[in-house]
Amino acid sequence: MLKIKNLHANIEGKEILKGIDLEVRPGEVHAIMGPNGSGKSTLASAIVGRDYVEITEGDILYMGESILEMPPEERALKGIFLSFQYPVEIPGVSMVNFLRAAINEQRKYRGLDPMSPSDFLKLMREKKKLVGIDSALTNRSVNEGFSGGEKKKNEIFQMAMLEPKLSILDETDSGLDIDALRVVAQGVNALKRPDSSTIVITHYQRLLNYIVPDFVHVLYKGRIIRSGGKELALELEEKGYDWLKEEYENSLNGAL
Amino acid sequence: MEKDQDKILREVTDSEYKYGFVSDIEMDMLPKGLNEDVIREISKRKEEPEYMLEFRLKAFRKWQEMEMPHWAHLQIPEIDFQDIIYYASPKKKEGPKSLDEVDPELLKTFEKLGIPLEEQERLAGVAVDAIVDSVSVKTTFQDTLAELGIIFCSISEAIHNHPDLVKKYLGSVVPYNDNYYAALNAAVFSDGSFCYIPKGVRSPMELSSYFRINAANTGQFERTLIIAEEDSYVSYLEGCTAPMRDENQLHAAVVEIIALENAEVKYSTVQNWYPGDKDGKGGIFNFVTKRGICKGDHSKISWTQVETGSAITWKYPSTILKGDHSTAEFYSVAVTNNFQQADTGTKMIHLGKHTKSTIVSKGISAGQSNNSYRGLVKVQKGALNARNFSQCDSLLIGDQCGAHTFPYLEVGNKTAVVEHEATTSKIGEDQIFYLNQRGISTEDAIGMIVNGYAREVLNQLPMEFAVEAQKLLQISLEGSVG
Repeated sequence: MLKIKNLHANIEGKEILKGIDLEVRPGEVHAIMGPNGSGKSTLASAIVGRDYVEITEGDILYMGESILEMPPEERALKGIFLSFQYPVEIPGVSMVNFLRAAINEQRKYRGLDPMSPSDFLKLMREKKKLVGIDSALTNRSVNEGFSGGEKKKNEIFQMAMLEPKLSILDETDSGLDIDALRVVAQGVNALKRPDSSTIVITHYQRLLNYIVPDFVHVLYKGRIIRSGGKELALELEEKGYDWLKEEYENSLNGAL
Repeated sequence: MEKDQDKILREVTDSEYKYGFVSDIEMDMLPKGLNEDVIREISKRKEEPEYMLEFRLKAFRKWQEMEMPHWAHLQIPEIDFQDIIYYASPKKKEGPKSLDEVDPELLKTFEKLGIPLEEQERLAGVAVDAIVDSVSVKTTFQDTLAELGIIFCSISEAIHNHPDLVKKYLGSVVPYNDNYYAALNAAVFSDGSFCYIPKGVRSPMELSSYFRINAANTGQFERTLIIAEEDSYVSYLEGCTAPMRDENQLHAAVVEIIALENAEVKYSTVQNWYPGDKDGKGGIFNFVTKRGICKGDHSKISWTQVETGSAITWKYPSTILKGDHSTAEFYSVAVTNNFQQADTGTKMIHLGKHTKSTIVSKGISAGQSNNSYRGLVKVQKGALNARNFSQCDSLLIGDQCGAHTFPYLEVGNKTAVVEHEATTSKIGEDQIFYLNQRGISTEDAIGMIVNGYAREVLNQLPMEFAVEAQKLLQISLEGSVG
C-alpha cells in the first residue's frame, strides 16, 4: 500500500525528517507516536503533498508508484485521506455542496457519472449513522462554528463518505473528551476493511485503546527510533518517552 | 505545489475573455467629438420631441462647466471626450421591426452571448431588451406584458409613446446636473430601457436588459427608467459585455427607479464589461449613476450587483428612503483582478420615519487590483426610528492587491440605530489545501471558497442569474492564487 524509503524532508530549509523508512500493507493499522516536534505531522503532510514540505531525498511509493510529483488532489483521488489535526472552517460553503463536489470528483476520476442527489442524500444518511454524527452538523457550512470535537467527528464522517484506501489520522484524539474519543474510534473501526490501511498519529496511547494498532513506531528527531507491536504503546504510556530518547542519544554517542 | 499554481495562473491569464469577439455589423455612426451640433444631431436622428432636445442641451451646458470628480480611490487616466463617438447604431432596413429585419449577424451575436431572444426565451421566462452600442435592437415579450398594462420598451420608444411619464420622471431621481457623468449621460444618452408597472400589478416575469458595446471608439450612454406604481412588483436584471480592445472605452449610464406606495423593485446587475488584459491594457471605464427613490410609504428597493468586469468601476447604486416604513437593500459582490480598479458602494438617505436599510458588501481583490467600498448612510432629522445595518467584508487573494473601506455615517437624530461591521480576510492556503485533500482541484477550491464568501449576496439573485454569477466569479479569479 504505502512504502516510504529513506525520506528526508525540510520545512523552510530546516531538516525535519532525516531518513524515514516505513511500510504499510493492506489491512494494517500503524501507530506513529513520539514527543512534540519529532516530525509526526510533517510525515503526514509529506504523504498528502503539502507544498511547504520539501522532499530532499528518498521516495514515497503508494500502490507501487512514486507520488512525489503528484498534486495533492490526485493523491486524494487515488484514495489517500488525511483527517486533519486542525480542520479549517470554510464559511458559506455547505457541507452538502462540499461533499458532493468531493464525491463527484472521485467518481469522475474513476470514469463514473456524478451521483444523483437522492443517492447522495441516502449515502449521507447511512454514513452519518455509522459515525454517529449529528444531523444538524451537515446542514451547516464546512466546520463553521463547530466545536473541536465536532470538527474531528466531521473528519471521520468525511472519511466514511469517501472510503479511502489509506487513512491518516493526524492527532485525531487531541482536544477530544473520552466520549467523543470513543465515538471517533468506533467510526474508524467500523470503516476498517481488509484492503484499507490506517496510520494513526498520536502523542498519547489512549486512542490506541480503541483503535488497536498492528505496529507502533516511535518517531524522534526525524527518525523512527523504535518499532514494535501494540505493547510498545503501553510501555510508552507507562514509562514516557525519556528512556527511549536516552537510549537513542547513547546509541549515537556509542557510534562515534 | 507552487509549480501547479503558476501553471494554472498562466493558463487562466492567457485564456481570453469569453465575450471579447467583435461582430461585423454595418454601423451608422456620427463622427468623433462632442458639441451642441452633435447633440442636436443625436436628437434629430432619434426624431425626438423638442422637450428632449431641451433636456439634453441644458445638461450639456451644465456638463461643460463641471469637472471630472477625483475623490474616488481610483487612478483614472486622462479621458479625451472629443475622441469618442457618441452615437453608433446597427444599420436597420426600413419597415416594421420584426425578427427577419434584424441583421443576422446581430442575431448570431446574441446567440454567442447566450441571450435568449427567440422562442427559447419563452421557456426562460425572461423578457429582454437588447442594446448594442447606442440603440435598442429588440425588445421581446412586449405584447404579453402589455396585456397586464406593463410597458417594457426602449427609452426612445417611451419618449415618443409615453411622453407624460417620461416628462414626469426622467431626471427626477438623478437630475441632469447631478454629477459629471450623469450630466454627460443626460446630454448624449442614445437609448436604454423603460419600464412601467401599473398599480397593483406584479410582473409575471423577470425583465432584463442586455447591454453590449460593439463598435470601436464609441462610448455607451444608456439610460434606464423604472416606475413602479402603488402595490406593484418587478424584478429587473441587467447584463453587459464588450469586445476586447486595446483602448479604453467609456460607459456612463444612468438608472432611475421610482417606487410608489407599497411597491417593490428588485434590480439585479451582473456586470461583466471587458476588464482589460492581464497587463492592464484596455477595458471599459464604467462610470455609472444609479439611484432609486422609495417615494411611497412601505415601498422597497433592492439592489443586487455582481461586479466582475470593467477596468475601472465608479458606481454607487443608492436609495432615497422618502416614504415612511420604506426599505432599501444593497447587496454587492465586487471582484477585481490583475490591474482592475473598483470604487463602489451605496448611499442610503433616510428621510421617512421607520425607514430601514441593509448594506451587505463583499469585496474580493486579487492580482494587483484595488477594490474600495464607499458607502454613505445619512439619517435626516425627521427620519425617526430609522435603522441601518451595514456589513462590509473584504477578501484578499495574494499579497499585491488592495482593499479599502470608506464608510460615511451622518446621523441627524437620536432615535436612529446604525450598525456597521467590517472584516478583512485573506483566502487561506489552508482552506485550499483542505479542499485539495478531498480531491478538489485548486481552481475549483478557489471558486468554492469565493462563492461561499459571496453566498449571502448571490442568494439575492434570481436563480438563472445566480448560476451565471457563480461561474463568473470563478472565471474572474481562476489562477489568482499563485
